[in-house]
This record gives sequence, C-alpha cells and structure tokens, in this order.
Amino acid sequence: MNQSRDHFPEGDAFRRELNGRYRSATIGQIAFLSALLIAVISLTALLYNIVDGAFGYTAYEYKVDPSTITPKPLNELTQQELLDVLKANISSGAYNKLNNEQVMETRSQSDLLSLVLERIIRIDTKAVWSLTQSLFHKADIETEVADKYPDARLEFRSWLTMSFLSSPMSSRAEFAGARTAILGSLWLVGIAVLFALPIGVGAAIYLQEYAPKNIFTRIIQTNINNLAGVPSIVYGMLGLALFVRVLEPLTSGSLFGVTDSNGRTVLAAGLTMGVLVMPLIIINAQEAIKAVPDSLRQAAYGVGATQWQTIWHHVLPNSIAGILTGTILAVSRAIGETAPLIVVGASTFITVDPQGPFSKFTALPIQIFNWTTRAQPEFHAIAASAIIVLMVMLLSLNATAILLRNRFQRRL
Amino acid sequence: MENNSTPEYAITTHDLSIHYGSYTAVSGVNLNVEKQKIIAIIGPSGCGKSTLLRAFNRMNDFVPNCRVTGEILLQGQNLYGKDVDPVEARRKIGMVFQKPNPFPKSIYENIAWGARINGFKGNMDELVEQSLRSAALWEEVKDLLQKSAYELSGGQQQRLCIARTIAIQPEIILMDEPASALDPISTLRIEELMQELKKNYTIIIVTHNMQQAARASDYTAMMMIDDKRSGGVIEFDETKNIFTRPKDKRTEDYVTGRFG
Repeated sequence: MNQSRDHFPEGDAFRRELNGRYRSATIGQIAFLSALLIAVISLTALLYNIVDGAFGYTAYEYKVDPSTITPKPLNELTQQELLDVLKANISSGAYNKLNNEQVMETRSQSDLLSLVLERIIRIDTKAVWSLTQSLFHKADIETEVADKYPDARLEFRSWLTMSFLSSPMSSRAEFAGARTAILGSLWLVGIAVLFALPIGVGAAIYLQEYAPKNIFTRIIQTNINNLAGVPSIVYGMLGLALFVRVLEPLTSGSLFGVTDSNGRTVLAAGLTMGVLVMPLIIINAQEAIKAVPDSLRQAAYGVGATQWQTIWHHVLPNSIAGILTGTILAVSRAIGETAPLIVVGASTFITVDPQGPFSKFTALPIQIFNWTTRAQPEFHAIAASAIIVLMVMLLSLNATAILLRNRFQRRL
Repeated sequence: MENNSTPEYAITTHDLSIHYGSYTAVSGVNLNVEKQKIIAIIGPSGCGKSTLLRAFNRMNDFVPNCRVTGEILLQGQNLYGKDVDPVEARRKIGMVFQKPNPFPKSIYENIAWGARINGFKGNMDELVEQSLRSAALWEEVKDLLQKSAYELSGGQQQRLCIARTIAIQPEIILMDEPASALDPISTLRIEELMQELKKNYTIIIVTHNMQQAARASDYTAMMMIDDKRSGGVIEFDETKNIFTRPKDKRTEDYVTGRFG
C-alpha cells in the first residue's frame, strides 16, 4: 500500500520545500555569526581600552634637581650611597618610620631609588597620554610639551612594571603599586574557596544521594538555585552583620589571642565571599553528581558496598570534572566582586601586606575603583595596569583549574 | 512435607509480591532454588522477570515506592526481615547486569576493590588471578592487569564483571540477560562459563533467549502477565520438562514460539 506517498511532497515540490529549510538555516547561521562578531568586537574594545591606558608618554618634572643632591646620575647610585642620600635629606622621624616598616639596610636598590625619587626629588607628573596617542601623534605631543611644560622631561613609560607589582600603596600615582591588593585578593579567594568547596560539595552529595524527595528538599533546592542570583551587595550586608559584628571574636582573632583588631579583616571578607560563591559550587557539583551513570552505582552496590563507599570511591571521583568547573566559576566571581568588600570594610589605603587571616586588607577591585575615581590622569593609568593584573590573575587561576579538570578526565 | 529451608535449597520464596505504589508488578511467587543448579526465568517482555530477579539481592530498594510483601528465605532467614542489612544480602548474592558495567579503574582494581571493601585479608594477587581464571579471562588479560577495564571488548568486560562478582565468594549469582548485549561467540563462552561456575555457585539467570534457557539451565520458571497486568510464575519445573512436556498451555505456546 502506498497511501503514505500521497501526503508528502515529491520531486520539485520536495526540493522547493527543502530549499526553504536551508534558507531558514542560513538565516539562523547569520544571526549566530553576528552575535559572535558583536561579542568579539566588545571584548576587543574592552581589552584595547585597558591596554591603551596602561602605556604611553608621560611628561613630568623634578621638584628638586637631582644634581643638587648628588653629582652622579640617580640610576648609578649604589645602595649605600642611596642610604646616605636618604639619611641626609629626610627628617629623622620620617626615616625611623620607614625603618620600622622595613629595615632600611634590607631594602633593594630599586626600592631605595623609588624612595629617593618619591620623598626627596619629588616627581610631579604634568600630563599623561594613552598608547594610541603616543604611537600615532608623537609629534603633536612633543610640540605640546615644548609649549606648556618647557622644563618637563618626556618619557615613554609602561605603567605596568615589576615595581608596580611589588610596591605597596602610595599617595603618589608614580610610586603606587598593587602588591597589597594582589596579596589581599589572593588571601580572599583562598579563604573563600577553602570554606565554600567542602561545604558546597558536601551539600550537593547530601541533596543528590541521601535526601528523600519530599517538599522540604524541594524548597531547599529552589532556595539554593535562587541564591545564586542574589545581588552581591546583599551578601555584603550579610557579611557585615554576621561575620564582622556577631562573629567578631572569631574574625578579629580575639578568640585566638590577637589584640588590637576589629571584625573588618581578611577572614570576614573571605567568609563573606565564600557564602557568596557557595550556591554556584553546590549547583555545579549537583549536576556533576547527577551525570554519573546509575549503572556505576549499581555495580558498586552489587559487590556489597555501602552507600558511603559507593559515593566516596565511585561517584565523587567520577564527578571531579564538574566540581572543578564549579570551582572555576566560583573563583572568577570571588576575585571580581567589589560591592560586598566595600560593605565588609576593605581599606582603600593600606600600605602593609596582609600578615594573616586577622589583618586589615584591600583587594584589586577596590583598588581599581579607588584609583579610577581620582581626578589625576596618572591614577587612571595605574588603574588600567591594575585591571591587566587582575585579568592575568583570573586567567591563570582558571587555566590551572582547567588543566586539573582535563587531567582528571583523561585518567580513565 | 517439605521443609522450605532444607539445606538443599540455596534460596526460596514464599508468596513473594513486588509492588510499585499501588501497582503490583509481580505477585505470589513461590520458588525453591536448589543449590548449585542453574535456574532460568523466561517469559515475554514486561512480565516482571528482572523485577523478580532484583528482589533477590534487594536491588529494588533503590527504586522509590517499591514495596515487597512475602518472604525470601536465605538459609532460613528472611531477606526482607526487619533486622537484615541489605549490604550483607548483596555480599552473599552477587549480580551481573545486562550491559557490562566494569568500574572505570584498572582490571586488577575492578576485582580488588570489591574484595577490599568486604575486608579481604589474604593475598590479593592470588585472588585476582583465581577470579579471572574462574571467569575464563585470565589468559587474555594476565599481562594487562593495569590497563583500564574500558579498553576490553564487550564480552571481556562482561567476564570481568563475572570475575568481580565471584571474587567476593557469594553463594548465589544473579544474571540479568548477561549475554543479550554480546555477539553469539561471546554468548556461547558465557554459557560455557556458567556450566563451570555451577560447580561452586547457584545461578539464577533471566533470559529472553529460549534456546539459551533450554541449553544452559537445569530448572526453568515461566512467567506471564495476568489480566491485572501483574506478573507471576505460571510454571516451574526441570528445563527438559518445560520444553518438551509443559503442563500449562500458555507455557507451551510461548516455548513453541507461537508468541513472545
């Protein structure tokens, strides 16, 4: 019986209909490609904007002429000579304060040189130009400097230097560094992940493997899914109320005998970030555990394993890839969130590195925010450098997690 | 009067019924399984064969809403009694599944893991070799013990699963259509293996393949769905009787291929 042939188009009609299908597919492809192009253009624009601000010409003057201090050019002075220059030209009170922060004789030559430039010679930046301007309008810049700042030196400078990475904060943009912020961010992410990962994975295991499927667990599940979308400032307020105030003996360290501290520490901020990323970790871990095939569990039960043995030896090892993905997402979020850190009390000006979990702290997003809102263009330049540092940190942490995940996936 | 828990029986069921919620999947099964014999459970699709098989080692516990009424007696003890730990039941009653499911570990570890978690304290290398020999797999993998189990062929994987099951020295081995995912040569090898294993273990096998049941088993249980859509054992006898002189007309229809 060929009754089915009457209801379908054949021959030319079929081909026309087929071409219609191909046309819809092409429209779809064009739409997706355009979306991809828009995304690529936006990302490129962002990267360009950042890199543009971190390199360029700068015109600056020395307030005090170096030749009045020492006959040799500054770069050629030895450590001892720099120390002598410092002792001779700054007040003993200031010298002692510097010595208390770090013993002068142990400081490196570049460190001492920066101190000399900062305290004695005193650089005064007159103007800053972006990378595009520096590359394409060099002649215009030179004429401008000759007109407006005849005494100034013109130099092409990268604001992202090794000393930028290793110097602490300073009130002068030329000498400010991101070291305290980098260390603060690392401490934060470390505490957040250490806190959230075991608890999050444990919660996921319980929800997937042990919890009965009743209305209570469904309410809990819905709540966890919603918490992943709560604005981060709300977590900041939670952190302020709970970790900074109520749990002050713990977060300030007074429980452990630390004096002279309050609740606004790296520990409180790290715990706040941990709570913030926990829903992400739970959801991803749950998906990973769900993806382990039931046949594997049955095989384990079949040889007489208990539920916990099955989970520990089979389910968990086979869901590590998904759990690491969740960790990547968590790290990315924890490193970039600014609002909760402001509420929990990150310092915007702090020169001392975090010594432990009970220290005051600052973080890269806070520093970037602070520098971007200043009036002087030099601060915008170092803000751009700090953004590059943040992105490199983020990409390295993610790359590590991805490498780990691939290694575990290939182990089979 | 026969005592249902005499030592000749490896396992017996009394009025065993399995329910999913209000639906009765299997009803009123009474079976006496003799030690060191092979019992085949046959029947058309959906008549509850696998459900019945999985009741023996309490694998149905993992299905939500599954209830069991009646008894399964292993050495006189009801497996569904209040104080019975299902983990202990599964140690004595092993299972080989339809689709081979070795652990994503090495061949050696597949066998060693089960033994280890059950507290094995002897020479593990010897146990692994012995189990692989009993499963007719030793010669093929003796130099490849550290290789991943996933690199074996389907038939080899299934024999590895059998080796894994017998490594913990169960009394009964349940097989749920163990050869249905394999080619005919592997199928025959599994059947030969079963004849060897019968010397030490009792085997209950569910199979779709009537020729297999006729070839390989000593006793056969014929299952069928009644008009209430619940399955039951309509005939249980020595295999040669079931296939040559079945007592129930439905059995005769099935084994002669008139349906199913």
